[in-house]
Amino acid sequence: MIQVRNVTKRYGAKVAVDDLSFDVPPGIVTGFLGPNGAGKSTTMRLILGLDAPTSGSVTINGKAYRDFDAPLNEVGAMLEARAIHTGRSGYNHLLALAQTHGLPRSRVDEVIELVGLGAVARRRVKSFSLGMGQRLGIAAALIGDPETVILDEPVNGLDPEGIRWIRELLKRLAAEGRTVFLSSHLMSEMAQTAEHLVVVGRGRLIADTTVEEFVSGASTGAPVRVRSPQGQALVDALAGEGVEIRSVEHGALEVRGLTSEQIGEAATANRIVLYELTPLQASLEDAFMSLTHDAVEYHASAEAPADAPVTELGANA
Amino acid sequence: MSATAAGTPAPVPAPARVRASPKGRVTQAHVLRSEWTKLWTLRSTRWSLLAAVISMAGLGVLIAAIQNSRWDHLSLHDRATFTPIDNSLGGVNIAQLAIGVLGVLIISGEYTTGMISSSVMAVPRRLPVLLGKIGVFAAVTFVLMIVSSFVAFLASQAILSDHIHASLSSPHALRAVVGTALYVTVLGILCIAIGSLVRSSAGGISAFVALLFVVPGIAAILPNSIGNAINPYLPSSAGTGITQAVPDAHMFSPWGGFALFCGYTIVAVAAAGWLFVRRDV
Repeated sequence: MIQVRNVTKRYGAKVAVDDLSFDVPPGIVTGFLGPNGAGKSTTMRLILGLDAPTSGSVTINGKAYRDFDAPLNEVGAMLEARAIHTGRSGYNHLLALAQTHGLPRSRVDEVIELVGLGAVARRRVKSFSLGMGQRLGIAAALIGDPETVILDEPVNGLDPEGIRWIRELLKRLAAEGRTVFLSSHLMSEMAQTAEHLVVVGRGRLIADTTVEEFVSGASTGAPVRVRSPQGQALVDALAGEGVEIRSVEHGALEVRGLTSEQIGEAATANRIVLYELTPLQASLEDAFMSLTHDAVEYHASAEAPADAPVTELGANA
Repeated sequence: MSATAAGTPAPVPAPARVRASPKGRVTQAHVLRSEWTKLWTLRSTRWSLLAAVISMAGLGVLIAAIQNSRWDHLSLHDRATFTPIDNSLGGVNIAQLAIGVLGVLIISGEYTTGMISSSVMAVPRRLPVLLGKIGVFAAVTFVLMIVSSFVAFLASQAILSDHIHASLSSPHALRAVVGTALYVTVLGILCIAIGSLVRSSAGGISAFVALLFVVPGIAAILPNSIGNAINPYLPSSAGTGITQAVPDAHMFSPWGGFALFCGYTIVAVAAAGWLFVRRDV
């Protein structure tokens, strides 16, 4: 159980985390989602006692990280920036960590086996691929068999097989009753791994909810897909306040701001033939984007041409 | 320990789980063991220590061999001013550079690679990490340097035995030989403190070189009255007195200067520790 309470972190004038509060319960995988620069890594560093909050408090199972007598037995963490001296071998890196707690060498061998680094563990980390580095980071996080596991962007750099491996590992750890907290800027990744979501943007809490609720909530206001041989007439019939129409592939239109019922009735009233009328589910990425849109720190300066609203039929068809 | 905190229902009931690994505990002894591993598992450490040993043990012997072979050609003045003790220990000038740079790198290398985060997560009270590094590095440096300086001294005197030589019972000889190892050891500790304060390899090495080699150079070009007043207080002058049998003019006594050098080091370590515990990593 991780409890973050009214945590604010300022670096000079810049507010990285702004009055953030949330809980990470044990027994499930909790995803920590937000665009790059939203304060995810900073929040994790605050949880781990690496940085001190400007105000507020963080506890893990009721204790501040600094107060643990054997922190690696309580909390295992992998930071996004690899916290490894690359001149050392993977084995020696893990050994040095284990020795701070008086853990035996056999535990080092166990975690190397667990993450599948047996063949390369004696090589210097300098020569590791991104994926091997991630596995080493995960081995370091698990060396103390901790009750709480905190991973910053764990799937970065992993191949599909590695991604599936880590998903299953995290679910198994949660099923064992541990607290599992992982960050990502990829919604699709979270949907397949996490049950609970904490969403942040610009250092503020945007949502603290289950993945299921998050997706269904975001589907309201999703577009309707329409195909008609009389496209221009349909655009004219539907145009109005708050309605956004854009052409997509094969002469189809995507309509926002109207329900499929309203579109069907408008088409009938104007004697327009429809070939297709489909209410679309918001994709997870859409849900995430619509929630965090205002919270993204840097927008791309130019919109993609395909996203431009259509006024003249056939312009993009 | 149960994963379910009081008052917080776990959505999935936690099955009974046997702890796979024994529970550990962070102690200063465990952290020393870890820092010992960290020190010896980097190539740069091993090369730097080897360089320090070879220069400390070898340079004095080399000079002795050269002087011995051309003794007959030396002027009377050269023969009269030849100091067999200080010449045999001349390797300290290079050894101090290797140990100082390594001292900075031991901690700054953790900052440049990000390793410091792992170290601090394992030992969140932090101070044991700094003390562990100092303890391990000081012990290793002292053992290597005391052996090297004895080898340098004894081998040099054996080579010079036909002409002018000293023995361990000569005035100041034993103090200079042991003092050389002590000076390099304390210098190594000072450089760990510098590395911890500066947190960057380039900055730390620059600070160390400035303190030991640039500042004395500036003091040397000051007017004599000012230079002579400042000089004894410089860390380099204060620290090196103990390594010399024939002291420089206008300096503190060897042990007095060394005490001052230790005082500087204690202040630097205290500042480093105070900041290390409080600063964000």
